[in-house]
Amino acid sequence: MHKLTKATLTLNGLGRCYNAEKHLSAVKIISRGLVSAERGGDSSKSEVYDVVISGGGMVGSAMACSLGMDPNLEGKKILLLEAGNKKVMDKVPDMYSTRVSSISPGSATLLSGIGVWENITKMRCKPYKKMQVWDACSDALITFDKENLEEEMAYIVENDVVVAALTKQLGTLSDNVQVKYRSKVVKYTWPMPHEAAESVPWVQVKLANGESVQTKLLIGADGPNSMVRRELGIPTVKWNYDQSAVVAVLHLSEPTENNVAWQRFLPTGPIAMLPLSDTESSLVWSTSHRLAEELLDLDEESFVDAINSAFWSNENQSELIETAGSVFRSALSAIMPSAGSPRQLPPSVAGIGPKTRVMFPLGMGHASEYIRHRVALIGDAAHRVHPLAGQGANLGFGDVACLTQLLSQAAFNGKDLGAIQHLLEYETDRQRHNLPMMAAIDLMKRLYSTNAAPAVLLRTFGLQATNMLPALKEQIMAFAGK
Amino acid sequence: MYSNKFGRLMLGLYSRKQSSVCGVVQSCAGRSSFSWTAVCKQRTLWLQGGGCLTRQQHAVPSPISARSASHTTVDPDEVRRFQSLAGKWWDEQGEFAALHAMNDLRVPFIRDNLLSVHTARHPGKPLAGLRILDVGCGGGLITEPLGRLGADVLGIDPVEDSIGTAKLHSSFDPDLQDRISYQACTLEELSSEEEGGSEEQGVAQFDAIVASEVVEHLADLETFAFCCSHVLKPGGSLFITTINKTNLSYAFGIVVAEQLLRIVPSGTHDWEKFISPEELERLLESNGFSVQSVEGMLYNPVSGAWSWTNSTAINYALHAVKVREDPQPDQTKESSSHADHSAADTHS
Repeated sequence: MHKLTKATLTLNGLGRCYNAEKHLSAVKIISRGLVSAERGGDSSKSEVYDVVISGGGMVGSAMACSLGMDPNLEGKKILLLEAGNKKVMDKVPDMYSTRVSSISPGSATLLSGIGVWENITKMRCKPYKKMQVWDACSDALITFDKENLEEEMAYIVENDVVVAALTKQLGTLSDNVQVKYRSKVVKYTWPMPHEAAESVPWVQVKLANGESVQTKLLIGADGPNSMVRRELGIPTVKWNYDQSAVVAVLHLSEPTENNVAWQRFLPTGPIAMLPLSDTESSLVWSTSHRLAEELLDLDEESFVDAINSAFWSNENQSELIETAGSVFRSALSAIMPSAGSPRQLPPSVAGIGPKTRVMFPLGMGHASEYIRHRVALIGDAAHRVHPLAGQGANLGFGDVACLTQLLSQAAFNGKDLGAIQHLLEYETDRQRHNLPMMAAIDLMKRLYSTNAAPAVLLRTFGLQATNMLPALKEQIMAFAGK
Repeated sequence: MYSNKFGRLMLGLYSRKQSSVCGVVQSCAGRSSFSWTAVCKQRTLWLQGGGCLTRQQHAVPSPISARSASHTTVDPDEVRRFQSLAGKWWDEQGEFAALHAMNDLRVPFIRDNLLSVHTARHPGKPLAGLRILDVGCGGGLITEPLGRLGADVLGIDPVEDSIGTAKLHSSFDPDLQDRISYQACTLEELSSEEEGGSEEQGVAQFDAIVASEVVEHLADLETFAFCCSHVLKPGGSLFITTINKTNLSYAFGIVVAEQLLRIVPSGTHDWEKFISPEELERLLESNGFSVQSVEGMLYNPVSGAWSWTNSTAINYALHAVKVREDPQPDQTKESSSHADHSAADTHS
């Protein structure tokens, strides 16, 4: 085994590193540009796949399904590697699981295109028609809804349900998609550039059980701590939010036509209640690590009280803010008298599901490059966001749709699937879409993390103004709904 | 990063990604080439002589004609030139970058024209079951995409090293191994091979021939057209992409592309050997082909991408079909010589 300096890759890394991480020196970048290659040897024995997807979560499995069902990719060999067990759900469990995602209409379209949405609706999903977002420090609020509450805005689906539905569909695609469960990758070997003609040009993947596979294109869907991204040495902009999310399943006090998603911005972080059924909702409460731990330690009654008070109490509002808020509102209603909506209160919570309180840390991450020679990153491996906008999974599904379409076209043009031209197109397309979204989410998070008066006034006015501009709200919903 | 881009502009390397420093140095190194003055002289003489008519009479080797009257399509100078570039075929940012980019046009051109005749039965492999010959395949730049689309492709090239590069490059892909093969030979050799070969199959065994960026490097086009007709099935397709012989093609194809921007290595093309679509059409039709379409292609050096265009003034692609030997009385495009063994002797 010998290492070769890849001048091209280094220059690329440097050139495209406009988002350079603060603590990455140039030396580290160059050292990460080094590529190691293994000569021939036992590579002839390992199978060559056209596409290998590393990571069988929601986004990775959706990618496998999507590629497997594409007519232009028929006959191509696709492999999905998942470190965990196969998730089968013959019967939906009575209890709701705590990890849920908001699936936008765009993602639902993708999923129905690959025949998975049907499985999901047969199992369990909850559409919601309206979303109310309001501030704890002022009266400002904004509601999103489709015209006349006819169409659904989005769907709340448990992550387990999505994965199980995808697994079921993958089972029908066994002709060209192979899935290996309990396969952990221990090593990736990256291919050398074209000039060095004698070595194997494919990506080599070594599994924990000693097996080895080769692939013309590796898709990294292995989550926010992506090994693929790490091994490639792709500089990543990331920071921890010093926040953790507490998730739980809530039992409502009384059954209601639960089709509204609620989110309130507290100074410590947003608390959201997402509908699961007429009697149950999912809680996602992002708050500081300390508070999160405290919440987990509370007994059930106190926890429920904390939730209710978080949604209902007005103690964070100062007089100044209240006055300012009402002045804004009257000013705005003078300009646009018909706009604006009355504030509603979320349903009260009576109890929580047994053994369902969990917490996990939150952070933001964005890989400065989504692609390399013969490699593409999708989903959380490429971008990780705060859950406050419910966009994490949807950005991932957007990646799946975009990459599938480009690979399909490339295959129809007889191109090598790992060729950089269409991978670059994927990166450009998705970065153009993802970066504004991520910036907006991060901005929201920072703006709402304080109760300093200037920030509060700014966001109060901003929120109220936006609430009164239906055209702007429609744009926001369209962008988030992709 | 800005200065880098400017530097590349000056050095004439238009590629989408930054290429390595060594690549820059190599392309600037001198190559055997025509001098400017020699080409200019030849060109003015050609234009004064009224051009195309003189080309048809191969019996009179005029001093200005760059094509010999030999019966071989191979020009030894060309072979030498490409021999030195044999290892560089697959560097997508190197000397052959423009050819790699041209695949975006020529593969769909070939694919769609073939699909209009042979409907695809296999979704993932639209060209399955078709036999294609890639003349002057070089490193296999177009052979491989056609193989990936399901066709059985034979790539031939007189430059042995290029064939070696092509074989090596495709050897790693099990998908292609069954469908692509390479042979270091000329078209005449292959065509005569067929003659001496198996009787039952007959000589015409290819559904399509691709001669992309080849005819401008050949010594004898008549022989080329004849041999193509020989090895092609009746109704089979011939795809040619080449460069037109116009002032514009001199300005852009030679001066700008070779001397200024170094899109192709200096001396790659000889303007004398360019052929206009009308002349090519005439040549092909006298050899039993019917030209179906001619499309202009345009290269954008800034983006490094090709696009279709109305004007065939510089690059163009041509699709011709070998006329079937039907006993029907009303043939609009009759040809004097069908592909026959005996026709070989009528040349002189």
